[in-house]
Amino acid sequence: MQDENARRVISVIVVNEASVLSRITDLFSGRGYNITSLTVAPIPNSKYSRLTIVTSGSVRVIEQITKQLHKLIPVLKVYEHADLVEKEMALIKFPVTENITDISTLCAAYNGKIVNASENIIIVMVADEPKRVENFLNLIQRYNPKEIVRSGSVALER
Amino acid sequence: MQISGAQMVIEALIAEGVETIFGYPGGAIMNVYDEIYKQKTFKHILTRHEQAAIHAAEGYSKASGKVGVAIITSGPGFTNAVTGLADAYMDSIPLVVISGQVPMSLIGTDAFQEIDAIGISRSCTKHNYLVTNAADLPGVLKEAFYIASSGRPGPVHVDIPKDVTAQIAEFDYSIELDLETYKPHTKGNPRQIKKVMEAIANARRPLFYLGGGVINSNAAYEVRELVKKTGIPAVETFMARGVLSHDDELLVSMLGMHGSYAANMAMSETDLVIALGARFDDRVTGKLSEFAKNAGVVHVDIDPASISKLVSADYPIVGDIKNVVCEMLEQSIVIKAEKYEQWRKTIKNFDELHPLAYHDDTENIKPQWVIERVGELLGDSANISTDVGQHQMWSAQFYPFSRPRQFISSGGLGTMGFGFPAAIGVKAASPEKISINFTGDGSILMNCQELMTAVEQKLPVINIILNNNYLGMVRQWQTLFYDKRYSETDLSIQPDFVKLSEAFGGIGYKVATKEEFDIALKDAIEKNIVAFIDVAVERLEDVMPMVPSGGSLYNMMLLEKKEKK
Repeated sequence: MQDENARRVISVIVVNEASVLSRITDLFSGRGYNITSLTVAPIPNSKYSRLTIVTSGSVRVIEQITKQLHKLIPVLKVYEHADLVEKEMALIKFPVTENITDISTLCAAYNGKIVNASENIIIVMVADEPKRVENFLNLIQRYNPKEIVRSGSVALER
Repeated sequence: MQISGAQMVIEALIAEGVETIFGYPGGAIMNVYDEIYKQKTFKHILTRHEQAAIHAAEGYSKASGKVGVAIITSGPGFTNAVTGLADAYMDSIPLVVISGQVPMSLIGTDAFQEIDAIGISRSCTKHNYLVTNAADLPGVLKEAFYIASSGRPGPVHVDIPKDVTAQIAEFDYSIELDLETYKPHTKGNPRQIKKVMEAIANARRPLFYLGGGVINSNAAYEVRELVKKTGIPAVETFMARGVLSHDDELLVSMLGMHGSYAANMAMSETDLVIALGARFDDRVTGKLSEFAKNAGVVHVDIDPASISKLVSADYPIVGDIKNVVCEMLEQSIVIKAEKYEQWRKTIKNFDELHPLAYHDDTENIKPQWVIERVGELLGDSANISTDVGQHQMWSAQFYPFSRPRQFISSGGLGTMGFGFPAAIGVKAASPEKISINFTGDGSILMNCQELMTAVEQKLPVINIILNNNYLGMVRQWQTLFYDKRYSETDLSIQPDFVKLSEAFGGIGYKVATKEEFDIALKDAIEKNIVAFIDVAVERLEDVMPMVPSGGSLYNMMLLEKKEKK
């Protein structure tokens, strides 16, 4: 038996129609499942959208989640990923008075860079595995980040 | 052809072969009701509450096997119907429920009688639609009927804004449905079925565990044959009553919280559970970790999400019960009925040790006697509906069911007030049968306004009120688990049920003796109008045996043995 509350990534292909996202989120809340993060965007040149849901639970719970998702009428496919490439993006705002060289070097190590600079603040982005984004966000705490936004994961099976 | 959205609703119902619908008009659905007025193809039955319209459609569907249809208005019309939708969802009853909605331009403005209907019905329907364009209606309605009745059946809700019912658009119902994302899996995997048959042949104490899915799949007669051919005993869930006939030697009655001792012991002793269309509900399994503890599990169900949800299946088969059972029948040669002789004897011994029984009384009427008596007098000639509570369990325990779709009750949701309107729907679906509703003095008041519907439509439902002046099932739990603190369950203050029925134009009987009961029942059948038979029964009778909530099936509270008087 795997860890009872292991992190799992599920991708769901759904018909891109009204209220389809509510169907998914209602299912999670109604049955007491967690959503750690959720991203959704249309799949180019199709009538479908792709959701990437990060959740947690035992093998049995995850099996139920995938089956219940399948049961929803507008759901085409559900992938519970085992071997995947997963990325997440984060944007962070710093006061311009912080050590920009340090921040910039750190960003580079995490697939990122400065994307905007103005009189008082700079905005940087990083895009990496969620675990590494997490590390990065811990590392930059000393530079007094003013605002952090994470995109949530997107994933593709290898 | 170019017609209005409202006309499309009518045309779609006609194309689907709908003969009877139930409903209640109101502002937002008036365009549709105007078209109902103009047509003569199907019958509309006006209930006196939207909840009753849905329950009637459920009863109609359960008795006939067809899709039940109900039409209601927006706002309170819809919210009144929600209990019915939830009930149908829990018991997998195919319904198409059409509600009116405020015009598109008013949606989101907190308009008069506006409510986010599809937001509410999402969690208690199989699927739902808000139709924003009349051109979409033919496709949506066709899909709604298809989704409601295919796969694991369930209610589908279609919400139509008033202006959409007025819009003119092209109606073509011959369109092919293209549901790329919905393809129910109906054929069981043949190799897996072969493995199951081998497992059954190798088992020493196999047991069929039959659920409501057998009835939904119209597979009862195939299941009867399979049980007979294999010689394997079978237990039924509450929802499966009538799959096997009451006199079938291999039927071990109902299992679960108020199941028989033999059925629950058989389930505890079996080495292979063969679940057909059953979902291992908590009222069936009791304490999960102790349920069929040493058994392998075969689970056949059309809904993959039901399999291994609560009890993990060693032999999962996704498919329609009828298909799978037919396949099993073809391969049943590998199973030797003689092999289970000892097992059948063991179960017989369980049954002789603690049979399903009650202590009859010469003076007071026991509620169980009433049900047995109706069974003796009417048997197969009646369809039985019930409300929810003690009378419901006694009906399931003591009525001699002889066919599928004979027993219509609210299993999953346990909706008090279900029985009477459901019985009206049952009577509308099969007028040739007597429609009996066993109810309690609590439940009957939850939809007693339906007397008016029954009188108007000449649907002579006979309501037998097992009147113990208590909210009996809750009272029973208070006796057993709350130290007899009867919090708000004493219903000593109650209406004159005879006058109540008469006030609507029905007939009423007050019954205190067995003789009076026989006379009242006979008279009600002869008079052929809706009836209340108010039967004063023993107040403190408990439903026994009983597995206390969360207990193990093999640990039952049993009927106390009494010395012969």
